[in-house]
Formats: sequence, structure tokens, C-alpha cells
Amino acid sequence: MKVMIIDYGMSNLGSIRRAVEECGGEAEVTGDARDLKKAAKIILPGVGSYADGMNNLRKYGWVEAICEETLVNKVPLLGICLGMQLLSERGCEGGETIGLGLIKGDVKKLSVKNPGERLPHVGWNEIHAAAPCVLLNGIKDGSDFYFVHSYYFDAANEADVAAYTPYCGRFPSILARENIFATQFHPEKSSPDGLILLKNFLNI
Amino acid sequence: MLKTRVIPTILLRNECVVKGVGFDSWRRIGTILPAIKVYTARQVDELIIMDITATNENRDPDYEEIDNFSRECFVPLTIGGGIKNIEQVKKILRAGADKVCINSAAYDAPELITEIASTFGVQCVVASIDAKKTGSGYKCFKNCAKTETGLEAAEWAQRLEKLGAGEILITSIERDGTMSGYEYELIKSVSEKVNIPVIASGGAGCYNDMLKAINEGGASAVAAASIFHFTQSTPLEAKKHLSDNGIRVRNAGIMLR
Repeated sequence: MKVMIIDYGMSNLGSIRRAVEECGGEAEVTGDARDLKKAAKIILPGVGSYADGMNNLRKYGWVEAICEETLVNKVPLLGICLGMQLLSERGCEGGETIGLGLIKGDVKKLSVKNPGERLPHVGWNEIHAAAPCVLLNGIKDGSDFYFVHSYYFDAANEADVAAYTPYCGRFPSILARENIFATQFHPEKSSPDGLILLKNFLNI
Repeated sequence: MLKTRVIPTILLRNECVVKGVGFDSWRRIGTILPAIKVYTARQVDELIIMDITATNENRDPDYEEIDNFSRECFVPLTIGGGIKNIEQVKKILRAGADKVCINSAAYDAPELITEIASTFGVQCVVASIDAKKTGSGYKCFKNCAKTETGLEAAEWAQRLEKLGAGEILITSIERDGTMSGYEYELIKSVSEKVNIPVIASGGAGCYNDMLKAINEGGASAVAAASIFHFTQSTPLEAKKHLSDNGIRVRNAGIMLR
């Protein structure tokens, strides 16, 4: 069973591959969109800006491949950080940009609401489940995960939100819609709960 | 709520973990991989690893070594030392690091900060400042504290934020390695001037020093090395102390009682 990690020039690929292997998965980093056909699971990682991310996905032919595998063949996909945000319909970082549109909503900049809050949102923060989600099996509500971001996914349908995190008000930190999953935090860097979450994804 | 981080710093010199006093008198401590393993097993919040001789020896970061570090590290890993261009950053991130720490290069080519931020996001750039108290305030030094830049620390921090830094690591050169407490005024002067998170560094000798850096200095995170290398103190106990004093820290499994 192969976990395909999409390489579109925007990620901490090494960290994610290591973490998948640590969870017992067979990971392959690929820069070739045709490889997605072989995927039992897909991970869309990403650090960087929304506009650059989408441009790269388009440039290397990932958009059609991702849509076909997730929407037609129903292969489970996990978007991480920017990889979560790119699943949206629109982003504004680096100019308004159309996203993959796999989950309804827009990506917006966090705005400080409480004294002491700084941006980017960097560090360990808790997640609170909003709906039952297979990713959260064995993970206590209120557990801490590692975040590092300035933008958030403003989901149009509350039903797609599996967990929220309290910062700058609150924002969706886990999305789940059928076979499509996403985390704003970095499970690969959130040992040990992050590795449990990754294992849950691999076991779907 | 966002938790306050406790971050061990590991300094490397010729592939050895070292620690000095005031950026001098380097003492060999041991090898790095066991240190990373122990820290990761104890669920530290993050790790910062700096190659302190790379810049002065005009050397590239050792990507193979970074690859080895990240194999052992399932918490965020920041790599610093000798980074001068975006290609190096790309290779470092590819090798498994999550953030890069830029110090000397920022003085010579401030646009590097902007370039990294726009390519990989601001969250990727930790701008590091080494500062010393002078007759005319806190001044920045580069090249492992060897060269004075004439820049005022808080003003430079502000400039770094504008350039695209995602965090500031502020180190007091005089307090470094002394375990006599952080330079609280310096940390405060920086955290008041910027809106990005500030990591306090240099001088932690006991858990209360960390508490003061947070409460009085306004730090979002505390970095420390000597206290963890040379005493019985651990990051976990440090967090326990902070938690007992009203600071929210990460619920490390071991702490749940």
C-alpha cells in the first residue's frame, strides 16, 4: 500500500516521509502527477504562499490528477497546512487565486482578536472536536498539535469541520469530507499525537 | 490557547555538540544524535540546531547531517548556521528541517529574509539576533558575535519583521552560557517593538529565569542550552514549573496526572 506524497516544490517533504514511515506506511515522494494512479493514500503537504502553491500545482498537472483520484476513484487524501488551504475554493495570499475547490470555503488571513496574540500563529495549540472523525481515534479532546501559519480555512459548511482551534477567535483545524481530510497543523511534527493521527489516516 | 514553548538549543562545532560562555571558551559536550533522540523522546516543544562555525569557515550547511537529525526528530526542527542563499534553504527543508535560522547573512543581504518568506512562507524564517549591551544601548553583532554592526537590537528586530521574518530569536551575548538569567530588558525591548513571536535566549540558569523571560520580557518561547546540558534540569520540569506559575504549556503526556 503506497502513500504518495505530492512534491510540487513547496514542502518539508523529508519530515512527512519520515513520519509516514514511522507509522508503518510505505511512502513515496513524487514529482510526477501520473504516479497518483498508484496511490492508496495521497498526502498534499505544503509550506509557502497560496498563489505560489496553486501555480505550481497547475504547472505540473497536479490539479486534474488530484481531482480524478479523489473525486472519481475516492482515494483518501490528507492535506497538511498549505495543503489543507489549497483544497478551498479561493485564497487571497499573494493575490486572489482559485483553489482546488474540493471543500467549500475561502482561505483568509487570521486577525488578532485578543491581547497577547501574535502572528504568525506558531507553536502548540489545542484542538477541539466538532464532529466524530476517524482521524481523531485514540486522541484526547483538547490535545496539542504544532501549528505554524497566518491564514486559515473559512469553511462554508460547518459539517465539513471536524475540529476547531481557539486562536484569533477560532478557526477550523481539521476538515473531513468523505474521503478528503485536512489538518491546519503539522501532524508529522506533533509527536506523539500527530503520529497517531497519521496512523489513523493510513488505516482508513 | 497557544502554549508557551521551551526550546533546547544545540550548538555544533566540527560535528560535536558544544557550549560556550559569552560565545567563547567552547566546551565539548558529546555527540548530537543521542541528544536529539533524548530530547524527542522527552517531547520537547521544538529543537534549534546551530552550526556555529559554518559562517566563519564559509562552509555550506551539512545537508547529510541535517537529514540524519530529522530522522530522529518528530518535533519542529530549526536549522541555523552558514545560510546565505535560497538554494541552501531549499536543500535544508528538503533534508527534513522545518525552519531556518538566519543571522549574519541578514545584515549583508536583508533581501534574503524576504526571498525565503515569499518562497516558503514567513513561518519558515527565524531571524536570529545576537546582542550586547553597550554605552548606547543594545547593539547587534554578527559572525558569531565577532563583528559589531552598529545596529540597535529592537530596531533591527522591527526591520527583520518588515522584511518577512516569522519569529525573532534574541540572544544576549554576555549572558550566553553564564546561567545567570536572561537579559530581560533586551528581550522586553524587542518583544515590545515587534508583533511576531519572540524566543528568549542566553542565560537561563533556573526555571524561574524562564518564567521571568515570559512574564517580564514578553517572550513567546524560551530557548536554553547550558541548563539542560550541565544541570539536572529538564525541559519537562521547566514546563511543570511554568505551568505551576500560571503559564500555559503543552500537555506533554508525561505531565498528565
